[in-house]
Amino acid sequence: MATEHIVGIDLGTTNSLVAYMQGDSPTVIPAEDGLNLVPSVVALDEKNQIIVGNAARKYLIETSDRAVYSVKRLMGRGVEDIQEELRLFPFRLADDLQTGEVLRIKIGDRTYTPPEISALILRQLKRNTERFFGAPVTKAVVTVPAYFNDAQRQATKDAGRIAGLDVLRLVNEPTAAALAYGLDKRKNGIVAVYDLGGGTFDVSILKLHDGIFEVIATNGDTHLGGDDIDNLLIAVALDDIRGDLGLDVRRNGEAVQQIRKAVIEAKIALSAQDSIKLDVELPGGMRYQREITREMFEGLIQPVIDRTVGPTKQALKDAGLKPAQIDEVVLVGGSTRIPKVRRLVQDLFGRIPHTDLNPDEVVALGAAVQANILGGGSEVTQDMLLLDVTPLSLGIEVAGGVTDKIILRNSTIPASATQHYTTQVDGQTNVAIHVLQGERELARDCRSLARFDLKGVPPMVAGMPRVEVKFLIDANGILHVSAREQRSGKEAEIDVQPSYGLTDEQVENMLLESFDYAEEDFRQRQVIEARREADTILAALAKGKRNAAWRELTGAERREAESLEQALISAKDGEDYSAIRKAIDDLNTGTMRLAELMMDTAVSTALKGKDIEHSDLEEGPVTGHPVAKAEFK
Amino acid sequence: MANTDSKSSVIVPNEATESCWSCGTMRAQHFCSACGKVQPAVPVDYFTFFGFPRKLDLDTAALEREFYALSRRLHPDVFAQAEPQERAWSLEQSSMLNDGYRTLKDPIKRTEYLLRLEGVELEEQSKQATEKARATGELKKQVVPPDLLEEVFELNMHLEELRAQKKLGEDDPALLEEIGKAKLSLEEKYDALFNELKSEWKKWDAAVDGGRGEELIKIRDRMVDVLNRRNYIRNLVRDVNEALE
Repeated sequence: MATEHIVGIDLGTTNSLVAYMQGDSPTVIPAEDGLNLVPSVVALDEKNQIIVGNAARKYLIETSDRAVYSVKRLMGRGVEDIQEELRLFPFRLADDLQTGEVLRIKIGDRTYTPPEISALILRQLKRNTERFFGAPVTKAVVTVPAYFNDAQRQATKDAGRIAGLDVLRLVNEPTAAALAYGLDKRKNGIVAVYDLGGGTFDVSILKLHDGIFEVIATNGDTHLGGDDIDNLLIAVALDDIRGDLGLDVRRNGEAVQQIRKAVIEAKIALSAQDSIKLDVELPGGMRYQREITREMFEGLIQPVIDRTVGPTKQALKDAGLKPAQIDEVVLVGGSTRIPKVRRLVQDLFGRIPHTDLNPDEVVALGAAVQANILGGGSEVTQDMLLLDVTPLSLGIEVAGGVTDKIILRNSTIPASATQHYTTQVDGQTNVAIHVLQGERELARDCRSLARFDLKGVPPMVAGMPRVEVKFLIDANGILHVSAREQRSGKEAEIDVQPSYGLTDEQVENMLLESFDYAEEDFRQRQVIEARREADTILAALAKGKRNAAWRELTGAERREAESLEQALISAKDGEDYSAIRKAIDDLNTGTMRLAELMMDTAVSTALKGKDIEHSDLEEGPVTGHPVAKAEFK
Repeated sequence: MANTDSKSSVIVPNEATESCWSCGTMRAQHFCSACGKVQPAVPVDYFTFFGFPRKLDLDTAALEREFYALSRRLHPDVFAQAEPQERAWSLEQSSMLNDGYRTLKDPIKRTEYLLRLEGVELEEQSKQATEKARATGELKKQVVPPDLLEEVFELNMHLEELRAQKKLGEDDPALLEEIGKAKLSLEEKYDALFNELKSEWKKWDAAVDGGRGEELIKIRDRMVDVLNRRNYIRNLVRDVNEALE
């Protein structure tokens, strides 16, 4: 088997995609239903089986408490951060959730952490890919919003691990888009990427220089996107329904989901037409109908899209650039299809944005390019290199609850900083360090990343120990800490207490469970597919036996074919994939001459003037299959 | 390979005597000169890391070229398929590369960095230090440069007046004009100080080339003074802007 494919995954708030490098061009791998976009929806069916993607969407409406969407909004966050989300989204928290514990969300009567739910989506993408390649896939590049903090990145990486994927790199979404764009254009210059997706907004400014993609500045809002527009429209509808029809359906999950579906369709339609008629059937048979004009829509969403202005201006300022110095503006994310958003971007940069890339797919395509680079590169990606930055400053809490910034935002990663600590009391052996992320001056206004306890500092007079702590942000934007007491040269032990997020042990436990499942699932799918193939060939043989060609075989050939047929029939009832596979191949080889004879018959029949469409060829030749299956080794 | 600049021979990298972990040959900086394998980072200063002499009037275009060239060879993406040990070294080396580039490309950071290498402890005049002082109630060490005493005294009076007026909701255009003028004068001084710093760079670099150690100490102290005055003015302008908001 050729070297394993490394795929690029866009794990989106609303939709997720997987892509790979097919020769020189990144290509999206379709799901089983043939569609490129896999909705980031996870549901439990009647038998408590997990359903992901398009198939899960109907559960949102039929049994809304058994489905969950937009879980990306909860990644790496604590219960106190998500009050706004709980007000706007139908997330149901586990009843027994303890403070300080990682969030757990109810789906039906089960509970899952956000990384686990994301892992279920990733596992679906992994399966789609494995079906596509006919081979296992274990390595991926996964994209994250550029403005994701350490906890959100860590949670995404955990999700990958739980899904049985080795996440080789987390790539920032706008940067990935720039890669896909740059691969296409091969230009030098300054590019701005404006990425307004389902739940997150990023803006990045990059310098493209002979294949180097250097991010100069990035900014954004990890809780701003198309979801917010949907929620505004839902709120309007709920108000209308209460006012005009005297019906309060706010607590009716199914009705709200029905409305949500209708307003999303309306939103999309309003990008192409001037007005749309909402028509939703409500419980009790009443209908909610109203017309929305594009003008009304644009007025309604103005406050939402205006929230992208501040981060965009800040990114330009941090890059030290004026809008006129930007050579090209690239639009990413489904929400940039809204004409009003395009006009806003045009006003901000004073130029017409570039729209010839599909804004839903460009991030996954860029992730596939990065996957190719990490895999050793190919001719087109040979000289390409991504230099990304950390979106947020890293700080340490110092006396008085103040943040001492040690790595500033927009620093190229990997980046590091070294700090020295000492003790306050004689014989003190522990030093507590509080790591923060954010731009604010006071520690309480920044994001708490972790509290570290440096243990095993040799007991000395207060102020004597000199502990050197090294903070390193890796190419994924994730923090690593190491410490050493310099007088004794002793490595200090670090006890990590992540403020939000799973411990390694928790991830490990989730991983083993779902990994076992995945292996089991994979094996079962192999067997099922092999059986299907066996049925096809057995049916073709049965048909062949009724063909004149069968009688032209020698007796020995017929006996051989029939014994191989029996062997396949008994193998396909078993659970042994390789036995079924071998029996299929043997029968294929053993009936080669029959197939040839049938082909001759078909051709001579055609020559006699019969319609070839009605010949035995209709079923296809016995040997050879339309899609050659790859071997699992 | 970092030595594209002939002047870089001024500094002999101290790790040149060690041998490559992979093939045992004497290694060059960052990579083995024989087998090309990445080497563990050694604690050198950023000038040495880039193969530049410890001088201040740096060719930033050459620095950028070197940064891109080294990035192409040291970045973790290049080592995605390598052994864990090499991956760790690449991470270490490329973080040092990025930290160094960030420090050296910025003229002020570069000067401050070199002064620290020369053993100078720079005063903390940053906003952080101000906030820290406010939060802890400690007095921040802040010396008014003598030539600014009068101007600063007057400006502070005006700012006091402005704050008092703001509380009362009053508005005095004459006062605003005074403050505006003072701010403009400060900004001019701020720019002038940068030019002063740049002329000190040239003197420093010439003294390095001439090996004039005593002169270096004098230039060093003058640069510290320029930076302190510059920081002082920057903070003052920030205060003015806050009061005007």
